[in-house]
Amino acid sequence: MFDIDKWQEIFATIKKNKMRTFLTGFSVAWGIFMLMILLGSGNGLSNGVANNFMNDAVNAMWIWRGETTIPYEGMKSGRPIQFHNDDQEIVQKVPGVGVSSGRYFMGNTRYSYLKESGEYTTITCQPALKDVENLILNEGRFINDLDIIQKRKVVVIGADIKTALFKDSVALGEYVNVNMVPFKVVGICSEPGSTQNRNAYMPLSTAQMIFSGSNKLHNLALTINATTLEESQAIEEQIRNALGKQHKFDPKDEGAIGLYNKLENYIQTMKIFQAIKIFIWIIGIGTLIAGIVGVSNIMLIVVKERTKEIGIRKAIGASPSSVIGLILLESIMITTIAGYIGLVLGTGLMEMINYFMVQGADAAAAAAANGGERGESIFLNPTVDINIAVYSTLLLIVAGAIAGYIPAKRAASIKPIVALRDE
Amino acid sequence: MIRLNNINKSYVMGSNSLHVLKGIDLQIEQGDFVSIMGSSGSGKSTLLNILGMLDNYDSGTYHLSGNLIQNMSEKKAAKYRNDLVGFIFQSFNLISFKNAMENVALPLYYKGVPRKKRNQIALEYLEKLGLKDWANHMPNEMSGGQKQRVAIARALISQPKIILADEPTGALDSATSYEVMDILKKVNDDGITVIIVTHEHDIAAMTNQIIRLKDGLIHEIIRNGELKQFQKEYTHGLEAAQIPSYV
Repeated sequence: MFDIDKWQEIFATIKKNKMRTFLTGFSVAWGIFMLMILLGSGNGLSNGVANNFMNDAVNAMWIWRGETTIPYEGMKSGRPIQFHNDDQEIVQKVPGVGVSSGRYFMGNTRYSYLKESGEYTTITCQPALKDVENLILNEGRFINDLDIIQKRKVVVIGADIKTALFKDSVALGEYVNVNMVPFKVVGICSEPGSTQNRNAYMPLSTAQMIFSGSNKLHNLALTINATTLEESQAIEEQIRNALGKQHKFDPKDEGAIGLYNKLENYIQTMKIFQAIKIFIWIIGIGTLIAGIVGVSNIMLIVVKERTKEIGIRKAIGASPSSVIGLILLESIMITTIAGYIGLVLGTGLMEMINYFMVQGADAAAAAAANGGERGESIFLNPTVDINIAVYSTLLLIVAGAIAGYIPAKRAASIKPIVALRDE
Repeated sequence: MIRLNNINKSYVMGSNSLHVLKGIDLQIEQGDFVSIMGSSGSGKSTLLNILGMLDNYDSGTYHLSGNLIQNMSEKKAAKYRNDLVGFIFQSFNLISFKNAMENVALPLYYKGVPRKKRNQIALEYLEKLGLKDWANHMPNEMSGGQKQRVAIARALISQPKIILADEPTGALDSATSYEVMDILKKVNDDGITVIIVTHEHDIAAMTNQIIRLKDGLIHEIIRNGELKQFQKEYTHGLEAAQIPSYV
């Protein structure tokens, strides 16, 4: 095996038969290269979509008001449902609910600081909203329980609002006028995966006291502790029952309250991705088979082309095993090197795409911080498991070796005079 | 040296069987210079291939240097070929992607001689045959006569006991043919048995013994006095041919 003379003989043969070597190598390198690209793209797509789901907590749920569509307990349909603060407490008590927050939206609230002003949406909420929406705090803190209890006049502003009102100066601890009422800025936040950060958050209790004068809520945001579709649907049903009892509507009335269960969506989307993954694997295996057929074909032709050479070598004293060994070692060496090249090129290309996408994302984030818009990426980390890559390459090498061995064995075992007659 | 006893050989082609050798009895001694003649299909090439262990025979016995050559494995046959026999073919059978020196050195590769040493020996043999300057040329850059001389060097490098040549001059013009025959004569003078297959009378006339095959049987063996007659008849062109001084 490690006979230097044998390797010199092999290298001499490879050097003198460049086209043959290239074709054999190319079929393997191309197969591996395409496999890397396909699997990498599939993984990238899957990772990208999964990441977009992470923008909010995967187990988030939103509940909003509606109108009844089914007559219930003597009341006719078409009755609007109104949430109040106690609804949040009711939902919080449902088993399986993680954290929850009531929300009251104030559209077009005027924010002003010194000479700058602008109109933004204010979301009045409870501390748990941060966890439901996965809000990122760039500076300071989010609304806390003390803010709620003491009805503090504090506000967490979106990064875009900070940029618009404060430019480069420090916003934390400053007072902004919200509809002419001064609020202290305690935090600057941004929403993951969002193109803009133009929302401001203030304590629900404070806002209800100052602006709305009531205990009304627009919607409820919460997280649930469920791992399967069935569990999450059970929690959903319990919430409908609890709210139905409170507001006297049929729990089966889909119109009375709106409900978006992110986990349910996530699980379903992941199922689709499972299917896409299987599809990509089928394509990958198809590519591999095409590669195997390609390399086998070339090996058959190579051995056929060398039949006469085999005859000559045998006539001057080569044993069949030495002839087979020479051909096999040559083909294994070519396919191994070519497979490695395909592997390096394929993963290299995917890493390059990944690198530029990460750079692009960073640039977009920088632009977003300056008030620009940030696009969502559905392609993330498009790389392939190295084990899969290596095993695929080995499979091609073994297939090439077998495809070369069978005709080489036949050519080496026939009478040399028959091999010599081959033209 | 070579003992053939009632050798039979048939080729099966589909449902037809072609009986090529129908019982050959033959003795060839060490140092003989023999030509095998016969019309096409008389079995002369088949006989040579059996002598060279390139092909097997159906029945009879074949002893080469005291060893019975019968139903041996390809591995063993390869060893015998490497040790005892040197081949020269009509179509030269050089490996096209190797230069002259590498072609000549190849039998020594299978003897396990290190690369440097075998290339050096190959150069010596090429020099003997007047091809030293062509050592690094590829076969397709050489003339027919040069290729055949490379093939002869390759046959000689393993120092065989027998040289088997199948129509060695078949692809060459007559002047070159005589050159090649002169080389083979020199080889024979060194004590190596040379057996050639030919259908050209003037070529056969240069050997010491002519075996005529007819329909798979030995028709006649021409030697001694009869041979002189044969030579007289067929060598009138020989003196006219140029023989280069290096041989």
